[in-house]
Amino acid sequence: MDNVKVYKCRSIVRGRGEGEAVVSKDAMCFYLTDPKTGTVIERNHAIQGKSIAGKVLVVQSGKGSSVVQVDGFYQLWVKNNLPSAIILGEAEPVIVSSAVIVGETMVDRLEADPFEVIEDGDYVEVDADAQEVRVWKGGKAAK
Amino acid sequence: MFLTDEEKSILDGERGAGYQKAMELIYALGLTFDAEKLIPIKRAHVALSGQEGDTYWCELLVNGGAVCAVPPTTNPYWDTAYLTKFFDVTREELELAERTGDAYRRIGAKLTYHCAPGLGTNVPFFGEHVAFSESSATPYVNGALGARSNRESSVSALAAAVIGKTPLYGYHLDECRRGDFLIDVDADMPECYDWGILGHCVGKIAGSRNPVLRFKNTPRPGQEDFLYFGAEAATSGAVAMYHMVGVTPEAPTLEAAFGGRKIPSAECVITNKELKAEEDSLTPATGEINLVMLGCPHYTYNQLLEVERLFAGRRVNGGTAFWILAEAGAVELAERSHLRQRLELLGVRMVGDTCIDEPCWKSFEGSLGVTDSPKCAYYRERRGQPFAIRRLSVCVEAAVKGRLD
Repeated sequence: MDNVKVYKCRSIVRGRGEGEAVVSKDAMCFYLTDPKTGTVIERNHAIQGKSIAGKVLVVQSGKGSSVVQVDGFYQLWVKNNLPSAIILGEAEPVIVSSAVIVGETMVDRLEADPFEVIEDGDYVEVDADAQEVRVWKGGKAAK
Repeated sequence: MFLTDEEKSILDGERGAGYQKAMELIYALGLTFDAEKLIPIKRAHVALSGQEGDTYWCELLVNGGAVCAVPPTTNPYWDTAYLTKFFDVTREELELAERTGDAYRRIGAKLTYHCAPGLGTNVPFFGEHVAFSESSATPYVNGALGARSNRESSVSALAAAVIGKTPLYGYHLDECRRGDFLIDVDADMPECYDWGILGHCVGKIAGSRNPVLRFKNTPRPGQEDFLYFGAEAATSGAVAMYHMVGVTPEAPTLEAAFGGRKIPSAECVITNKELKAEEDSLTPATGEINLVMLGCPHYTYNQLLEVERLFAGRRVNGGTAFWILAEAGAVELAERSHLRQRLELLGVRMVGDTCIDEPCWKSFEGSLGVTDSPKCAYYRERRGQPFAIRRLSVCVEAAVKGRLD
């Protein structure tokens, strides 16, 4: 029995990405990640110490000044350590701009609350082109 | 979202890759925030930083043939000609600075290298639609001047300057500019420093909501006061619009500040006690200092004069450096009036075009610095220098002694 759940979403930056989920209820400034590993280095952050590289990142929103966010995305991009896709709780102009310029797949307006239906360790496919998010609870191996 | 035929043709690449990239970003933002259409702008400000991500984007546009329809003013990076006389930087750091200046020159930016455009270098009118990035500039033009800008990123502001348009959403619309909640303020606000601390308190409470401040005694804030307030409210929170009842242009009355909606009861009261507690929580460090750094946001000419007055002829301690980052026009005026030369005799140096968050300052890292700006402390700490935050008069006393007690 396939345990995949499918949710409609809205595409912000087109593309597809999949991987293990990392969930951050805190807004993020990507400048405060280590570009070499994708590890979040902001003190007292919800996902401090976790890597977002290659993961599907579920994040509340963006924060920080109007320029450092862009550089945060850029540095992760050139080192191939961006998340494979981002699911936003709430869109905000600076994080959207940053995702557009590096072509990072991004969606929002999931039909269910993403913080309810996705948790760390789930396997997630984000298909922005089909405006769909697919979630395997507990990872794809549990299928 | 409605696009004109001309806008569609730019999006389809008919004017080349540079304009197409800029339009793609504007279009993506418009779709994301449900803009009905694009509107023309005649003014933009780009938070150029000299960071790779930002320079990459400017080069991508200009190498694709784009030139700005509206020449935007720009944020500072660092004065390479002057500061390399004092500090060592790597070849890579210098090259990135040169690449940045070159790209922005070619795209047709107005290279003001100043982070507070609303004070003089790029001042929008009341009600004017603009695209301003720089987190401290956006609340200034929205709140203090009543112009209309979203919280643009450096890249979206540059795209808007290239196209000469921005999507119609957010703070361009009346309903998004109204107050969301009320704060009562019953505090003395003697200096811009105090406005900064107030902004820091307000930002933490506000998040991205629009605060309405009601003062017990209506103040008359000046340029620097508004600037410090907004800079800190946008650092501790994401405030891009605010009202001060009886002070700011869209809040002649409490009713107007809330745009005719129901006026909520005050969420909190901020008094001298709260401001003191906030200041104390920000500034515990004391001890030997190797640097006093002022000018985040950039100092004005009046602030330079105030520094001289507070020194009263005394000199900076031999083990301490004293740097003021100021608007280039203020530095030029200081040179003409010999204020710059008088301050240099006291050991105070000033530089235009330069931000606190640049590689030239790295030789001070590892020791304690003092600043009058929480925003300065926040960014420098990330680069490895702890900062104590004190009002200007205390910064000057610390510079004379070489230590902060």
